[in-house]
Amino acid sequence: MSKILTVSPSPHISSDLSVPKLMYGVVLSLIPAFIVTVYMFGLGALVITAVSVVSCVLAEMIIQRYIMDAPVRIRDGSAIVTGILLAFNLPSNLPWWMVVIGAVFAIGVGKMTYGGLGNNPFNPALVGRVFLLISFPVQMTSWPLPGASRFHYLDATTGATPLGFLKEALRNGQTVPEVMNQIPDHMQLFLGQMGGSMGEISALALILGFAWMLYKKIITWHIPVIMVGTIFAFTGILYLIDPTRNASPLFHILTGGVMLGAIYMATDLVTSPMTKKGMILYAAGIGVITVVIRKFGAYPEGVSFAILIMNAFVPLINKYIKPKRFGEEVKNG
Amino acid sequence: MFKTFHKGGVHPPENKLSAGRPVEPFPVPATVAILLSQHMGAPAKAIVEKGAAVKTGQLIAKGEGFLSGNIHSSVTGKVSRIEAVTDASGYKRQAVFIEAVADEWFDDINTDTLLDKEIKLNAAEIINKINESGIVGLGGATFPSHVKLSVPRGKKADFLIVNGVECEPYLTADHALMLEKPGEIMVGIEILKKALGVTQAHIGIEANKPDAIALMQKFASEYTGVKVHPLKVKYPQGGEKQLIKAITGREVPSGGLPVDVGVVAFNVGTVFAVYEAVQKNKPLIERVVTVTGKNIKNPANFRVRLGTPVAGLIEAAGGLSENTGKIIMGGPMMGKALAIADIPVVKGTSGILLLQDDEASRNKPQPCVRCGKCVAVCPMGLEPYLLMPLSQKNEFDRLESEHIMDCMECGSCSYICPSARPLLDFVRSGKNNVGKIIRSRKKQ
Repeated sequence: MSKILTVSPSPHISSDLSVPKLMYGVVLSLIPAFIVTVYMFGLGALVITAVSVVSCVLAEMIIQRYIMDAPVRIRDGSAIVTGILLAFNLPSNLPWWMVVIGAVFAIGVGKMTYGGLGNNPFNPALVGRVFLLISFPVQMTSWPLPGASRFHYLDATTGATPLGFLKEALRNGQTVPEVMNQIPDHMQLFLGQMGGSMGEISALALILGFAWMLYKKIITWHIPVIMVGTIFAFTGILYLIDPTRNASPLFHILTGGVMLGAIYMATDLVTSPMTKKGMILYAAGIGVITVVIRKFGAYPEGVSFAILIMNAFVPLINKYIKPKRFGEEVKNG
Repeated sequence: MFKTFHKGGVHPPENKLSAGRPVEPFPVPATVAILLSQHMGAPAKAIVEKGAAVKTGQLIAKGEGFLSGNIHSSVTGKVSRIEAVTDASGYKRQAVFIEAVADEWFDDINTDTLLDKEIKLNAAEIINKINESGIVGLGGATFPSHVKLSVPRGKKADFLIVNGVECEPYLTADHALMLEKPGEIMVGIEILKKALGVTQAHIGIEANKPDAIALMQKFASEYTGVKVHPLKVKYPQGGEKQLIKAITGREVPSGGLPVDVGVVAFNVGTVFAVYEAVQKNKPLIERVVTVTGKNIKNPANFRVRLGTPVAGLIEAAGGLSENTGKIIMGGPMMGKALAIADIPVVKGTSGILLLQDDEASRNKPQPCVRCGKCVAVCPMGLEPYLLMPLSQKNEFDRLESEHIMDCMECGSCSYICPSARPLLDFVRSGKNNVGKIIRSRKKQ
């Protein structure tokens, strides 16, 4: 036999899983949420998503080629995911140049300064979002009303998000039941009829994406379910203590970025823990911090900050939360 | 819902191309090269010399180490030379070469195929017979069977577990054997029960072999205390510890043996060999080998004499195709890639698998994205993403405290990694180094 055979150690087969497959899987799962945001916010949603994705991919390419002198890996799809998720965390009337700044910050500072994909401790899209929130607080908290101005981008009709409206009203001495009549009901919130960041409005669309990612085994249920569950339980306790000062737990999980954060931001493979037990601890931590910020903080919303704070604990969680080994504790009946 | 083990595991495409093919007797080859190292322990010592005439089934080498086994001639003929031959690991090892002339069986070996149900030997005699017959675990680990049956003082076996799982993709040797020899396997189980002094036996078979499950259930119903457990299809369920967990819920302790939880486990191939040894006086000189691959014209299950060259088996199954990229002895998850096809079949050879060029090469490793999938699939509860860099950096103390020695080398981590990182390669080398350190510590 003249031919040289390949000799390599086992295993000799590998699954068809790959990083691009995971990333494009996430992109596909975002389609329902994208359709809802385009339906509600129209032109602005299209412009911002396009600007964000193109800026993220270009920023990554330029940094890899000209600054790091490293192989260009934009085809792995991770910059596209960051671009879409950053856009989904912005209001649809943000000036396009602010989106570019956010994208460059997200990729440059959030990802490439640590060495690129796999090495960044913080979720890049959230790094970009929080940077924009701090730099441009006015533009970042002006929210187009859903369905009100589909053909206007910068001069869209704006209003408060349900969470912002509630926080302001409570500050002015109103009670929760008084406020509830003036904002969308739970079914409207569930479908996405509310002001807010582009991708966060429709819990239904996000849950569809979640189901698809579970089916494709891109993520596991642990982080989303535990995070939403913790927020539900914690706000539920507050609601039972004083329903005039605290909104219902269902209101809390349907508003703000809870669903988007739980399904897409907290589950980022790179910045979440490695073990199931670690994921549970991490997700519960995000839930608790989110509620604390919503209840006591200056911002009406707390998901982004909560995720970034828990991102910082992930190395510690990975170090101390170990999987249970086979045969470690022997309880044989 | 079928039973299974609960920690980790993967589900590779099954590709059981040779399922449903009967066990065909493979012609006795003109020359066999019988390796002196076909078991876990030290090589056996040859007791024949060049020029000696031997008969089929005659003892030609004695296993003298604790984990060694006797070796018998698989053909009738003349010892032409005793010299080194390349084995599956790529190393040269001593082998007895025999030129076959006829097929005359040694002394009182019974070659008829009548089912002999009556067990005449007592427990000690059975264990002795198994030792003499050179029987080792045919699942691939080649652990000597008589050692497993000699339960250490102070420990007690509650029952026997029979491994008919065959969880490696492509392989069907055990499946074919169960369909062909259910009666013999049942008698083998009775023999092992007697040797162990237990009354219960549990047979584990994965649900992708419904015909074998049904047949074994039918035959088991004639015996008391023999139960067939259909199991969910999941790799590495054929791992002894995973199988015991799946069937009994008992967990073999880290660093321990199955008998620590009252269980002794044997592969169905081994059980059949035990039957032949004890009832027919026939030593282990042949076994069922699957020859398969997507480009193999006639995927087959052959009954092969030990020492038969692999190249001959491939020829009989339709020959090497142009685009064969890799020849594997064993399954695709744990088998060994061969550099040449001229390698003899040994006791642990469960299959020969040919992969095409495009299947044979590995993907280029990419940076770890910390997805945690290697942790999720590890059946032993280890963290391969962590062990790999520790091994690269020679941090042996850390590797030991991260329990690298628990790794069973099933390859689930490398299989699943979306970045194609060679996790197991590095875990294996780390294990090697840590193992050396542990052994030298014990000597002091």
